[in-house]
Amino acid sequence: MHSAEATRDSMLKKRDDLEDILEDRRRSSDLRYALRCYTPALYRGLTPCGAQQLKGLVLQSDQLRYVVQQVCKETGAPSEEVQAEAVAILEEMAHRLQLGTIRFFAFVLSKIFKTLFRNISVNEEGIQRLQQAILDHPVVLLPSHRSYMDFLLMSYILYTYDLALPVIAAGMDFMGMKLVGEMLRMSGAFFIRRSFGGDRLYWAVFSQYVQTMLRIGFAPVEFFLEGTRSRTSKSLTPKLGLLNIVMDPFLKGEVFDISLVPVSISYERILEESLYARELLGVPKPKESTSGLFKARKVLSEDYGSIHVYFGQPVSVRSLAEGRVNRGQFNLIPRHIPRRPGDDVHGFVKDSAYRLVRAQEENMVLKPWVLIASLLLQNQNQDQDRDPGVPLEQLTQQAVWLRDLSRQCGAFLHWPDHASPAEVVSSSLSLHRGLVRVSEGRVRLALQQGQSSSRRTADELLDRAVVLLSCASYRNQLMHVFVRLALLASAVHNASSSKKNDVFSSFSFLRNMFSNEFILCPGATVQDFEEACYLLVKTGVLLISQQEVLVTDAGRRTVAFLSGLLDPFLQGYQVVCRFLCEDAADALTEKRFVPAVRSFIIKHLLSGRLRHTEVLSSDLQKNALAALLRLGAVGRVRGCPTLQINRVLVNSLEDALGETRPPLCKTSRFLPGSSERWSLLQEGSSPRRRPPPLASDPEPAPCDP
Amino acid sequence: MAANSSGGGSSDRQRTARQRLSVIAGHLQRPADGDVAVLAAECKAQEADVSGEEKTVPRRRQEIMKWNGWGYSDSRFLFNKKGQAEFTGKRYRLSGMIIPGLKDWFESTFGASLQHKTPATPILNSSAVPPPTLNEALVEELKSTSIPFSHDAEDRVFRAHGHCLHEIFALREGKLGRVPDMVVWPNCHNDVVKIVELACKHNVCLIPYGGGTSVSSALECPREETRSIVSLDTSQMNRILWIDEKNLTAHVEAGIVGQDLERLLNESGYCTGHEPDSMEFSSLGGWVATRASGMKKNIYGNIEDLVVHVKMVTPRGVIEKSCQGPRMSTGPDIHHFIMGSEGTLGVVTEVTMKIRPMPEYQKYGSVVFPNFEQGVACLREVAKQRCAPASIRLMDNEQFKFGHALKPQVSSIFTSFLDGLKKFYITKFKGFDPNHLCVATLLFEGDRERVLQHEKQVYDIAAKFGGLAAGEDNGQRGYMLTFVIAYLRDLGMDYYVIGESFETSVPWDRVLDICRNVKARIVRECKDKGVQFPPLSTCRVTQTYDAGACVYFYFAFNYRGLSDPVHVYEQVEHAAREEILANGGSLSHHHGVGKLRKEWMRETVSDVGIGMLKSVKDYVDPNNIFGNRNLL
Repeated sequence: MHSAEATRDSMLKKRDDLEDILEDRRRSSDLRYALRCYTPALYRGLTPCGAQQLKGLVLQSDQLRYVVQQVCKETGAPSEEVQAEAVAILEEMAHRLQLGTIRFFAFVLSKIFKTLFRNISVNEEGIQRLQQAILDHPVVLLPSHRSYMDFLLMSYILYTYDLALPVIAAGMDFMGMKLVGEMLRMSGAFFIRRSFGGDRLYWAVFSQYVQTMLRIGFAPVEFFLEGTRSRTSKSLTPKLGLLNIVMDPFLKGEVFDISLVPVSISYERILEESLYARELLGVPKPKESTSGLFKARKVLSEDYGSIHVYFGQPVSVRSLAEGRVNRGQFNLIPRHIPRRPGDDVHGFVKDSAYRLVRAQEENMVLKPWVLIASLLLQNQNQDQDRDPGVPLEQLTQQAVWLRDLSRQCGAFLHWPDHASPAEVVSSSLSLHRGLVRVSEGRVRLALQQGQSSSRRTADELLDRAVVLLSCASYRNQLMHVFVRLALLASAVHNASSSKKNDVFSSFSFLRNMFSNEFILCPGATVQDFEEACYLLVKTGVLLISQQEVLVTDAGRRTVAFLSGLLDPFLQGYQVVCRFLCEDAADALTEKRFVPAVRSFIIKHLLSGRLRHTEVLSSDLQKNALAALLRLGAVGRVRGCPTLQINRVLVNSLEDALGETRPPLCKTSRFLPGSSERWSLLQEGSSPRRRPPPLASDPEPAPCDP
Repeated sequence: MAANSSGGGSSDRQRTARQRLSVIAGHLQRPADGDVAVLAAECKAQEADVSGEEKTVPRRRQEIMKWNGWGYSDSRFLFNKKGQAEFTGKRYRLSGMIIPGLKDWFESTFGASLQHKTPATPILNSSAVPPPTLNEALVEELKSTSIPFSHDAEDRVFRAHGHCLHEIFALREGKLGRVPDMVVWPNCHNDVVKIVELACKHNVCLIPYGGGTSVSSALECPREETRSIVSLDTSQMNRILWIDEKNLTAHVEAGIVGQDLERLLNESGYCTGHEPDSMEFSSLGGWVATRASGMKKNIYGNIEDLVVHVKMVTPRGVIEKSCQGPRMSTGPDIHHFIMGSEGTLGVVTEVTMKIRPMPEYQKYGSVVFPNFEQGVACLREVAKQRCAPASIRLMDNEQFKFGHALKPQVSSIFTSFLDGLKKFYITKFKGFDPNHLCVATLLFEGDRERVLQHEKQVYDIAAKFGGLAAGEDNGQRGYMLTFVIAYLRDLGMDYYVIGESFETSVPWDRVLDICRNVKARIVRECKDKGVQFPPLSTCRVTQTYDAGACVYFYFAFNYRGLSDPVHVYEQVEHAAREEILANGGSLSHHHGVGKLRKEWMRETVSDVGIGMLKSVKDYVDPNNIFGNRNLL
């Protein structure tokens, strides 16, 4: 109850004002700006140290020396050899941060940013908080990741505000771009291999490199919690490896505290928009290459609107860990001996990671187009071929309705108040003219009109899908605001009765199902349920008594909209289940999964049996598979690439998802009562128990919000 | 008493000094230079009023000691009319001196002002003391034994507290909690046996009292105790019963306080070398009961290394070993049930201790390091090479500054010129940052040649870590502060400043981390708890061991604007202890657990450990006669 209230407060919290940093750039010399005096305030406990000395510290660290010894012992290799290997790893990894390169980028990026973007707005209060945080403690910057642009942009902003330049963990793929790779290295990027699972030496060098920088306060360390760019504009479930590494110095008492600063970077138009859509549809991602980058020059001629960068409240690792982690657990084994983190540390890091990603989400600036894209996608007629479009006024009206709803739900919406709604809508439409057409006062998505679905080819389908997925990526920006409400709205439909307990069970099931898809904090089912109830009651959508959850008449529109948001996902998960039951070859490997499910889906889309083209997204398919793996409906066997499919469980999951909408033409299999099915899913083999929250959620049943 | 002893006292002193000199001369190759010999003794209060047979600690402690502050009534810091700090009395080297730097340091460190005073209640109001709950039967039987006892209010209040901040703060405000109902002064082991028998017979609670210097709430009367509480004051059991020069041991009654023990042994040319900071007042029995540690443990060892034989009276009878073998393999060492039992099992009455011939030569020293990290690295190296001097302590920068502020007024322009020159050399020529440098103080002891050799070895190691020798004076002043620092707290409390020190022991690899984190935690907690001024949060490394070090933290703040300063203080101290434990520090190095740190005992020694201790308690004292409720 308490936590739910805290959430509510945070939803009403005032956000800082944003200032455009390009305004100055348009007024004064870029060259002078690039060459200006740069004297950032540094960490109070800083041990001054150059990039070269830093490597020395890493190589001499007890931790690394220990691992080198161990590797020698186990492989029988001479210690010089292993040591040399460590040096080589470090050389490959280390940054060579130079102010000169930053100045070069400051100059070039100023030019580029001014052509591409209308403005880059930053919350200066956040900058001030960051400055204080940098003085007080080692800082870790955690920006959201939507574009290649992100980390250059971050360094650019920090340079602009005279803050300490960060060192940035970047994927090795950048290093392939010869010149650019080195440039990035000199602007503070260090490179890590995408996977180095079993390589202890690599892990030791890497973790020591990062931890040494934190311990001595070398520079703020920056990395992307999501691990990679989100192609869908939805936040990705956080990767825990690096977060584990950066929290370790605190947990082991090597620093007093560490400040984690979530940064939300929102693009009004994403540079990689259609690139991402193609990638999701299976056109492989072009390998990063310098020449490829130059070919991308044509993007320079377009208008990408504005960027908003919001520096969130620094989060103290110390206060996060208070009462969660017993730091005394490191007392009995020398701290330099690497150990797998215990369950409590793992759980703590995981929860923290989710909280941080949520913090990023909450401060993402949403543009009116995000609302419009959501509405247009829902307005898509089932028969997509003769989409008449929506009348502009109607769309405007809907947008205003959605604007108000999302504001009530705490969205950080930038809706210009000085312009009329009609102006706002048309200007949004014109910025995204690649995705949307306006003709005869009606608005349609820019889909090729033509043959009816029956005669459509797969290529045409993919072309349409590019547009739809691009639009969906904007709609997805809204998902973090509404996902809990959408789950509740669907749960109200889905539940076997309007009894609160049933609704909660249904909510809990859906939430569990989608917890690879959306950022849903582990263990917060009750809290999320209460929050969603609170908001839907507040907005007059639901009436909740002690026992019952009822939709009001006025609330039907909202419920329809909310469950509409979840529809493509529901259908996507169902079709994946369906595929696994019906079509999957016995020897389906994880590698083959996406192509196989894609052709299955294409077949069904072409035959008109599937409504949402969006389900072609490989992201959605992979998430569905991850969820099924997590729930044990699909299994992996060690050392065997084949997926083990538990068809009974997959089938019943599909049924549970399709309770209210039977989009696939299929006879529902008989299952005696819904509650039995829940238990089948949630408890494994013990039937006939009231559906509890998931095993990982040791929470009491919800009470009235 | 003071009048009659002052005349005789001085001649006694001369006699003692002569004796001492002759002993020293015997050890010296060269003629003794009175100035350098045994300087350490001059740091603590000088025995102005006592001779061999007389007792430093009278039954009525109030005759010479403060009832609501530290130490002797005649010795205290104050700001005189000119606003200069001075130290009153004649007992200490600092006595009668002006300390010009203290006011500025005090005001700038704490944001305190001499205008804002918080004077203590001047006299103890006896009527505020709750009337004693006497066990009449016990009183009757005691009368027949001729063991002195009292239920005078002052006597009882004196024995109701140690020197924790909250205890002294309450006394200064004239607030009294539960106090013992009666005080008894046994004169010898057999008296104690009788008292314990009577206590068992009449079911009263006994709380042993030695020097009263506890800083763990160990002397606090448990509020839930409904029986009559009898404070068993051992101060009159203070004789050296015999000295065995063949085996270098002395058999001593446990009530003797440190300064008397050393003084009496010195007269025979010996010492124990056990010098805890509280040695002026703390007692042998107290050291045994808390596992005390002395400043010079590097040469002489801690109390557990010094004790050869212990006699303790428990409700079950007397526990002792049958011989004085230097080491035994006879199951778990029963001494370790006694040492650290904190008065929960019985009263230590007699102890056989190792003694050593008095050192022929002592030399102080000091080393300045560019920063604390280097200083710790040097101490670690010294410990590694096992060449630690009798004492080696490393103060952090704040404490270095503090020590500086306590420099007494210099007598000559030449000295002040020299000081200036030194400062110039260190900060300008050597480039030490005055806000980072820190200082280690050293005390060497032994025969002259070896001391000089040893000294060179240590300074050579220090040089490797950027340390610069900074003279004997700085070193000696450091050790002098040890004895007056407790008086300083009383001065602070006159001006809204409260503080305390606490200690821990920690492995070497954690020393820097624990120092940084605990100091930072204190600062953060003060801020969070609404303390209006930045606190003083400083530390020093006071002992080195093969596998770790003892770290002392000092913490004080200006409490103006707080409605419940003691509560805030306790919360911060609690948080600091949590931080210590989280950083791999121990619950206590030598202060003990008492009631103050009880809550962490279980996690410290494990469930089984607690069970073991409990079962010993249950066997030895099933009726909880020794009911001070410390430890468990």
